[in-house]
Amino acid sequence: MTDPARGPGSLPRRLAAVGLGGSLQRKLIWQFLAAAALAAVTLFLAIRVTADRAAEAAQDSVLAAATLALSEGLLAEDDELDLDLPPTVLSMLSAMGEDQVFYRVVLQGRTVTGYENLALPAAIPTGGEPVFYKTSLNGTPVRAASLTRTILFDGAQTDVQFALAQTRHGQAAIADAIARRAGFLGIGFFVLAVPMSLLAARAILGPIGQVADGVSRRGPQDLRPVAERVPPELAPFIAALNGFIRRLRLAHSRTETFIAEAAHHIRTPLSAIRAEAEVALHEAGDDNIRTRLRRVIRSAEECSRSASQLMDHALVMSRSDREVRGPVELGALLDGLIASMRPTADLRELSLRWRRPDEPVVVLGDRLLLETALRNILDNAIKYSNPDDAIDLLLEVSGREASVSVLDRGRGIAKADLASLAPRFQRGENVRDIVGSGLGLTMVTEVSDSHDGRFRLEPREGGGTCAHFSLPLA
Amino acid sequence: MRYLLVEDAVELAESVKDLLRLGGHAVDWSASLAEARDCLGGASYDLILLDIALPDGDGRRFLSELRRQGNATPVIMMTARSAVSDRIDALDGGADDYLTKPFDPAELEARARAVLRRRGGAASSTRQLADLSFDPLTATLTVAGDPRELRNREMRLFEVLIGAPNCIFSKDQLCDRLFSFAESVTENAIEVYVARLRRKLEGSCVRIETVRGLGYRLTLP
Amino acid sequence: MAGPITVLVRALILGVALMLAGPAAALDVEEEFVLGQGVAASPLRILSTTDVSAARPFLEAFHGANPDVPIRYTVASTISAYDAIAREKLSFDLVISSAMDLQMKLANDGHARPIPDSAELDAVPRTARWRDLIVGISVEPVVIVARSDAFAADEVPHTRRELIDRLREDPERFRGRVGTYDPATSGAGYLFASQDAAFGSTFWRLAEVIGRLDARLYCCSGEMINDLADGKLLVAYNLVGSYSRARAAEDPRLLVIEPDDFTLQLLRTALVPQSAANPDAAVRMLNFLLSDAGIAAINVVPGQISVMSAPSGRLGASRTIRLDPGLLANLDRIRKDDFLREWTAAMVQP
Repeated sequence: MTDPARGPGSLPRRLAAVGLGGSLQRKLIWQFLAAAALAAVTLFLAIRVTADRAAEAAQDSVLAAATLALSEGLLAEDDELDLDLPPTVLSMLSAMGEDQVFYRVVLQGRTVTGYENLALPAAIPTGGEPVFYKTSLNGTPVRAASLTRTILFDGAQTDVQFALAQTRHGQAAIADAIARRAGFLGIGFFVLAVPMSLLAARAILGPIGQVADGVSRRGPQDLRPVAERVPPELAPFIAALNGFIRRLRLAHSRTETFIAEAAHHIRTPLSAIRAEAEVALHEAGDDNIRTRLRRVIRSAEECSRSASQLMDHALVMSRSDREVRGPVELGALLDGLIASMRPTADLRELSLRWRRPDEPVVVLGDRLLLETALRNILDNAIKYSNPDDAIDLLLEVSGREASVSVLDRGRGIAKADLASLAPRFQRGENVRDIVGSGLGLTMVTEVSDSHDGRFRLEPREGGGTCAHFSLPLA
Repeated sequence: MRYLLVEDAVELAESVKDLLRLGGHAVDWSASLAEARDCLGGASYDLILLDIALPDGDGRRFLSELRRQGNATPVIMMTARSAVSDRIDALDGGADDYLTKPFDPAELEARARAVLRRRGGAASSTRQLADLSFDPLTATLTVAGDPRELRNREMRLFEVLIGAPNCIFSKDQLCDRLFSFAESVTENAIEVYVARLRRKLEGSCVRIETVRGLGYRLTLP
Repeated sequence: MAGPITVLVRALILGVALMLAGPAAALDVEEEFVLGQGVAASPLRILSTTDVSAARPFLEAFHGANPDVPIRYTVASTISAYDAIAREKLSFDLVISSAMDLQMKLANDGHARPIPDSAELDAVPRTARWRDLIVGISVEPVVIVARSDAFAADEVPHTRRELIDRLREDPERFRGRVGTYDPATSGAGYLFASQDAAFGSTFWRLAEVIGRLDARLYCCSGEMINDLADGKLLVAYNLVGSYSRARAAEDPRLLVIEPDDFTLQLLRTALVPQSAANPDAAVRMLNFLLSDAGIAAINVVPGQISVMSAPSGRLGASRTIRLDPGLLANLDRIRKDDFLREWTAAMVQP
């Protein structure tokens, strides 16, 4: 997941230089919310319509039962009509809500009881089953049921029409109550959908954030393809990104190769220049010429160091991939390094003192890069030491970390320089007179970064510099 | 000492040759591996200076071929590339040391000496000079049976001086020989090494004279 | 007792005068009572079946609180009150009646207008209102009133069955001295009788017994109580509680019995007719009647209990007459004919 402290805003911030269209997250959330709102409204309407129908069906069945009860209450003895109309028949119509109730009994076209103005259905029902219809009475809309029964009246089978009607306040009240509840349900659903859609949008956009995080956390030299697991929908994006990284890597490695080649091609003639100047210096008697020759040699030396460091740097750049990593025993590596550096130190009468633990110290890394970095540190120490000094090398293990310390008694570094030494071509203020390109420390820092290690320079107590290079143990 | 220089860059080869000769060494030069094979067929060398990239092949492969044939002549590889991988390859391939071009002649000398010292060196390296003997390989002065080890600059100063006994060397000249041009040193630094060397020479009739205003010279009885 | 009677007389005179001039020309007015005569505002016209004597406390209390509203209180019988609204379309602002069935029919047939919601209205028990059209004001039991010398002290009947037994035990003593409403002429009498009949067969047995005793039938409770007081009657069945209690409070010879088997509870209800010219004042009156001040003014009359302070619905022997369209069955022509046929059969026995 993305860092919660940075929140969703970190994506745009990180890509501040990018032309931003509409936020995908905002768009997603809006769409989710719109869908939720639609669902909520649909839910509301569905419940409302269903409830209306259910309430009507329930009311109708009560109305039918009441109509049947009404019709069954009518008896005739000769020409005397007897209507057994229990109040409960009318009460039960009113039981659900509080509806107005109307009824009418029609015999031979004559209203024998009830409301004369209650209309019968357009088609007079014939069967014993009630027919439902809507009409109005005194301007009040009512739902009515009607049926026809045959009774023996005055010695003849006679049809009697019964009609029973009620207002539907009760049904409307029920429907309103249900609608209100459905409304709350819909609103509740929607309210619930808000955090859900936020979460969902986050979850969907999470992988993008992860990839962005992963890519932005990389060091500048890390040109590995993106290996994060992503949903298939993001695959084209990742494929494009990886394609781009591949091309960038190719261009990068071409540049590095070019630099290495260039440095190589400079060096051979440089060697000749230097050797020629040395010979000439031996033969020259004129002080003026000797001074000039010395300058030539100095320049050649400076040029050659720059070339060396450019090449080292190119090497570091081209090998930052983690594919060439393996276990490296630092003790053996330093043994070899010191052996090869010792003649150089001897030339300046510097003694190299070297202490290492008895057991092997193994880290995971690129042996060439580590050796290049350590050689640069040692080279630096030799370069800035005064003749007859001693340089101490320490290999130590503390916790899960191996550290190499190189301590010299050179002129040290000004505190203010510490932070600014790493960038390319920066050199300390107090070493303008010593040949060096300033690339060395940059390169060491890059190696330590690419190995999850640390590199720092400190002034040494009693004068000089202490360089610490530490790496996690394998 | 006798060097075989295998280097295809003519200008560089010429000047390296001159430099080595200035140091009192004999140098044969081959511009290709084929020539080098011829040279090795006809003579024996104390040290081979071998370039890596040669027109007719890779110096490293030539070296391993040499070793397979049982030739144990010490080899210092030279390359215009400083890549560690080259160095590791070279050392793994049987080279004794490795030099990155361009090199300080003094460094070449020092490395050569170190290699020879490691290999047990040529027995004939000891020089007799009046009442002292000097072994440049082990950097040892022996005065009346008392061996005294010389440090690098003391020895180089001594070598310069005994190269031309009784000749006067200016401080300036000595600086050029003792210090790398990459270092900035004052001429007074020479006085320190002269004083140290004089101490090492105590008890011998060989001494270093100060010629006021001109420099120093080595006098033999 | 001088006060109410003079008022009554005065109201009667006034009523006659109004009958000649007012819109209620066709209405058979029994009494009329006016408050705030000098106030130049449209009066609140109340058509009621409750005597002025019982209504006066709450009318005066309302007028005290709302002196800006003049009141014209017209008393009529239940049927003429119904006719005034349903048939003659006379304009009144509030109709208060004890005839629950007629009030229900007015509302059912669309003659009532909705009463706006209020806290007071909301507090009315569900059994004492129908929708927002009819609101119960007071509740009173339907009682048996007997002369205190009608029964031996330990033989006072407390149920209908006991009453039947007493009547049977001494038919000669009670012959011609038992009274009740004539359901054929009294709306309230028919309502009580039909409600009684709905609660079981006891009613018809009682009807047979009093029929055999040559029961006297009355149109109105006042007459019946007068006859009781005079000693013409020993027992009167199904009297409205408020009148009986009021009279019994003054006349120790009268004994009010609420039957223990069941006692009908009659609601006096109010509605605002569609024809109301001043419905706002009517609603104010209604809300007042349901407020604490109104409740107190109603309860001050003996036998009259506000619906707000009455014990609820069906506690004990109380049977509040249901205020719902079931009451319409009461008014059904054929059904009423049937009932009266049966009633007559019980009364006139061979």
